[in-house]
This record gives sequence, structure tokens and C-alpha cells, in this order.
Amino acid sequence: MSISIDQSKCIGCGKCHDVCPGTLIKISENKKAFIKYPKDCWGCTSCIKECPVHAIRFFLGEDIGGKGSKVHTEKVNGLVRWIVEFPDGRVKSIDIDPKESNKY
Amino acid sequence: MKQEKIKTDLLIIGGGTAGCYAAITAAKADAASNAVNNAANNAAGLKILIVEKANIKRSGCLAAGVNALNAYITEGRTPKDYVEYAKKDADGIVREDLLYSISEKFNEVTAHLEKLGLVILKDKDGKYVTRGNRNIKINGENIKPILADAVKKLDDVTVLNHVNIFDYSVHDNKIDGAFGFGIENDTFYAIEAKAVIIATGGAAGLYKPNNPGFSRHKMWYPPFNTGAGYAMGIRHGAEMTTFEMRFIALRCKDTIAPTGTLAQGVGAKQVNALGEVYETKYGLSTSERVYGTVTENLEGRGPCYLRTEGISAEQEESLLKAYLNMAPSQTIRWIENGTPSKANVEIEGTEPYIVGGHTASGYWVDTKRATTIEGLFAAGDVAGGAPQKYVTGALAEGEIAAKSAVEYIGAAGLTTSRTSIPEAEVENHIAEIKKFLDSRGDDGGDTAERLEEEMQAAMDAYAGGIQTSYRYSENQLAVALEKIEGIEARINSLHANDFQELMYIYELKERLTVCKSVIAHLAARHETRWHSFAENLDYPEKDNENFRKYVNSRLVNGEIQTFTRELTAEGQKNYEHQH
Repeated sequence: MSISIDQSKCIGCGKCHDVCPGTLIKISENKKAFIKYPKDCWGCTSCIKECPVHAIRFFLGEDIGGKGSKVHTEKVNGLVRWIVEFPDGRVKSIDIDPKESNKY
Repeated sequence: MKQEKIKTDLLIIGGGTAGCYAAITAAKADAASNAVNNAANNAAGLKILIVEKANIKRSGCLAAGVNALNAYITEGRTPKDYVEYAKKDADGIVREDLLYSISEKFNEVTAHLEKLGLVILKDKDGKYVTRGNRNIKINGENIKPILADAVKKLDDVTVLNHVNIFDYSVHDNKIDGAFGFGIENDTFYAIEAKAVIIATGGAAGLYKPNNPGFSRHKMWYPPFNTGAGYAMGIRHGAEMTTFEMRFIALRCKDTIAPTGTLAQGVGAKQVNALGEVYETKYGLSTSERVYGTVTENLEGRGPCYLRTEGISAEQEESLLKAYLNMAPSQTIRWIENGTPSKANVEIEGTEPYIVGGHTASGYWVDTKRATTIEGLFAAGDVAGGAPQKYVTGALAEGEIAAKSAVEYIGAAGLTTSRTSIPEAEVENHIAEIKKFLDSRGDDGGDTAERLEEEMQAAMDAYAGGIQTSYRYSENQLAVALEKIEGIEARINSLHANDFQELMYIYELKERLTVCKSVIAHLAARHETRWHSFAENLDYPEKDNENFRKYVNSRLVNGEIQTFTRELTAEGQKNYEHQH
């Protein structure tokens, strides 16, 4: 489990670097964010929620049951939309209203 | 390497749940005392500094969020009920004074959180909706940003993010500051303070984790919580308590996601591979739930599951959302592998952690959260004696420690002058850091990562890790200690290419110190009071006569010495250190 950062989308704003609880994301000399310590990721997804250009994807490794899907979030009309992109191109999204509590 | 000296009044180490709330409380207490005392007495206002090794916005246990407040006094219940619950769960080894002091504040800090912006589920009459007897339901995805925003609005509070504190400055058993380094700005910090609140996390990564490969950090507790607060206290001779009460979480397999939401939220029972409900066979305390699962596996009835098959579509949809708000890996795993209505969720015990927010390990504190080092107060996961703290307990302890520290500064300010950190100590620390940064360079020798893995393997095999189903013997513990000391002796040869790697070296040192304390405590409790949490093969029975007591410890001449203390009296609400 870890994250990947799309170097072509990254604008080098550094927000993901700032917020990572393990300081695992660094900014390269050409001003792109990259995950320097992928095995040290806790999977909290803080960086993904910060990224203004949706360049970061979260995935599970095969060692814990991952099947190659990539996940990110976008804010849509005040909702947090979780978007799962499957390897075969299908997409599933789940919208969460941040003003609504969990039921369980 | 740059150097910076900072003088502050109150230093808070760790900007997690407890640390942020301590800052909020201290700023408020100071404003109130300014209003009373007028400008002549308190002209400058209290300077408060939070030093955090990541960034307070998402650091600590709540980075991903949390989906319930697990410690709340629901309608018809009293703080005493909560104390009794926590006491029963720990089979007596708790400090009632500490538990009372947090239980009496659970609802007040919850109301404050709601005012700050936390979403809490309410019924049509505006009352909080409860989950079981002690929990309320929330949307806690943004709970940490909410706390961080509240801190940022305070004029008297400065936050230093990305600075790792690695040692206290203590003279004559009195703290006068701390040392640290900036991970991203290559700066050494010597910070002088009138009082210090230690609010760092507990210790993860002592034992080999569930998924030691690519997903080694997919663990229950933040892998970045390395026991710094414990280690610094241990090295400076602070009295510590109950490090033998390890915490092992019962979690969803692979993702190590919470099980409480399934058990309490949709009423999923623990079942073995034969479909038999086994939880009632072993008891329902936190450790018994783990022990039951371990035993079912050992006796050939595993794997074990939470029975979720057949839950409704509506329940399933809510679960997928609930997990996205606290442990997104689990939702993704369900989406990729089959959802909980179609397949039961396999469960397993995690590797053991030391964490005072769940069990009773940590600093031996008085009711005001003063440690045995003068001027040092402890809150949250580093403070011992009060298990089942959860989020609201950490907030409550942050508040209590902050009020005590402000009071201490006020009293000390009138009677004593401040000592300053001797230059020679600054030089010693800088020399040590330079040695790690300047030495040999990479030569294929030891690395912090390799030594960490050796430490985890030693603890796993010889100090009751997953490999031995959490069981250990005195002879095994002796081997564990020998191995840990052997690893410790190799630290001086490590090399750091940058300040992040330097942090990894200091974190390794912290973990090794905590490991030694855990081993000493496990060896000292000659009984098995909590199955799995402390499963002593030499003493498989409970011994109330000799061990219905606290096991405490202190470093004396480089050795961790353990001793027992009598339990505080039933219903006792105040405890003072005897100097």
C-alpha cells in the first residue's frame, strides 16, 4: 500500500509534502512532488485530499489484497467524491457529505 | 547545520490530539488570568510553543479520521460507570483518580469539538445518537484539521512543524527545555521553557508488523509514533508504569482497519471457520477478544471472522462510507475483493504496541498529570494509568496538563529564576548529530532500517510477538534483551545522508529504549492477568495476592529497575507524588 504521484500533473505546490504525517513526500529539483519512502506510507490519504490538481493516487499492494485499482478524492458541489479507477478502465465513485455523520 | 535558540514559557512536544488541545486550553487559561491579574502582573502573556515532527494539520492518530467518539457519558450513565468499565477491562490495574478526571470532562470536550466544527449525529430531538453505552457517532474525517485550525487562530501559540525533539534538558530532576532538529531545514534547536508538556504518541514498530513487506506500515497505530516521549523520560529517570500491558488490536485482516464499527455498528459477531460464535466463550474484554481469536486459530478452528454476511444494502453502503472516513484501505479492499454483505470479514490480532490511550502504559503521573520530573507534564498516549482514553480522553488530559502547567509557571515565576541550558550540552548534541551526518558515508554496513528490522524480529520471536501468539517466557525475554542491547551497541556506526535519515536513527534509539522497558516489565509481572497482552508462560495464572499492583520502573545507573506499587484506593480521586 502506498501512493503514486503523476509527475505530468504535479504543479509542485508542496501541499502534499507539508501535510504527510511521515514527511515521506519530497519535492525534486525540477519542482515535482515524489514519494521518497513508498514503503513507509501509512495509507492515511491526507496528501490526496490536499492535492489541488488530483495528481496523487492511493493503491493497496498485492500483499494486502490489492488488485491494481487507483483511488483519489475530488470535491464536487460540497461533497467529497472518492473515485476508484479499476485496471480495466471501469470507475466507481462514492460521494460523502462532510456535514453528514457516519451511521455506524 | 544551522542553529537556533528559542525561549518560550510553555513547550508542548507533539501536536496531536492531546498537544493541540493543551495549547488551546493554555492560551485560554492565560487569557483568563490576564484579565484578572491586569497588565502589571502578566504583561507579556504566556508564550506557548508546539513542536511537531510532522505537521499538526494531519499528524498523530487522527490523520485519516475517526468515525466515533468512543468515550462519552451517554444519557443515564455517569463518569463512575466509565471508570468501572475501564477498570474491569484492565482487570483492576488502573488509576481511578486519572480515569475520574477524564471521564468528568468527556462531554465538555465533546461540546467544544462540536463548537469548533465537528459533525456529530443527532436524532430529531437534537440529542446525540449513541452507539452502545459509551460511544457517539460523528463524521470525524476532518477532526484533526478542525483542531489544527483552532490552534492556528491563537495569537499566543507558535507552531514549529517538521521539527523532531529527541532529548529533554533536565537538571536536578527539573526540566528546563528540550533539543531537536528540523527535518526539512537542517537546523538544530535548543528550546528553553519554564514548563513542558509531553504529548507525543505511544510506540509502534517495536514488533514485527502484520504485513512486513511492501505494506509494512499498514498498521493500526501511526508508524510515525516511535515512543519518543517514553524514551526521553526513561533516559532522564522518570518513573514509568505498566509497560507490560501491551495493546494488541483486533483488526480486519490485511488492511488492519477497525473492527468496532462492524461489531457495534452492524452487530457482527466473532465467528470461527465452523461458523460458531466464539466471543462469549473467552469473555468480552479487549484482551479477551484478541485471546479468543488467537486460541481458536491455535486449536485449528481458524480463520476467524466478523459475521457480516447478509447485512442489508443500506448497511453496506453506510459501512463503505464510514471506512472511507477513517480507514480508506478497507473500503478499497471491499470494492476490489467483494463487499461485506457477501463475505465475512477476516480478523486478526496486530503486533503489540505500547500506548497509554488504550492500555495503562506510560509516565507515572499525579492527578494533575505532573510526571516525576519537575516541570514536565504528560497528556494522551504517553501518560500512564488511564486506559480507554480514546480521543476525548486525550483532549481531557491535554486540558488538565495545560492547566497544571500554567499554574506551575505562575507559581514558579514568582519564586524562582529560570535556569538556562548549558552551552556544553548544546555542543554535545551537535557533535553527536554531526557524527551521524559526517561519518563514513554509505559503505554497505548497518542502516537504521536494517537494525529496525532486526529489533522487530527479536521482539517478535522472544518478547511475545505475533510469531509466538503473544506468549513469552523468562528465558526468551533474556534472549530478547541480549539482542536489543546488541543492536543498541551498533547505533553509533550508523550514517545519515540527510535530516530525515537522522530522524530515523533517533527513532530507532527511542524504540530500543522502549523495548528494554517493555522486556523489563514483562519479566517483572509474575502472572498472566491479561491474556495475549501479557501472556507469561512461566506464570500462566493470575496472582491477585502479589500482582494486583502496578509494576513501575525507573532507570538507575543505566539499568531499568522495576518495583511494584499498591493500587490507589477504590474511588480515590486525587493522587500526589511523594517526594
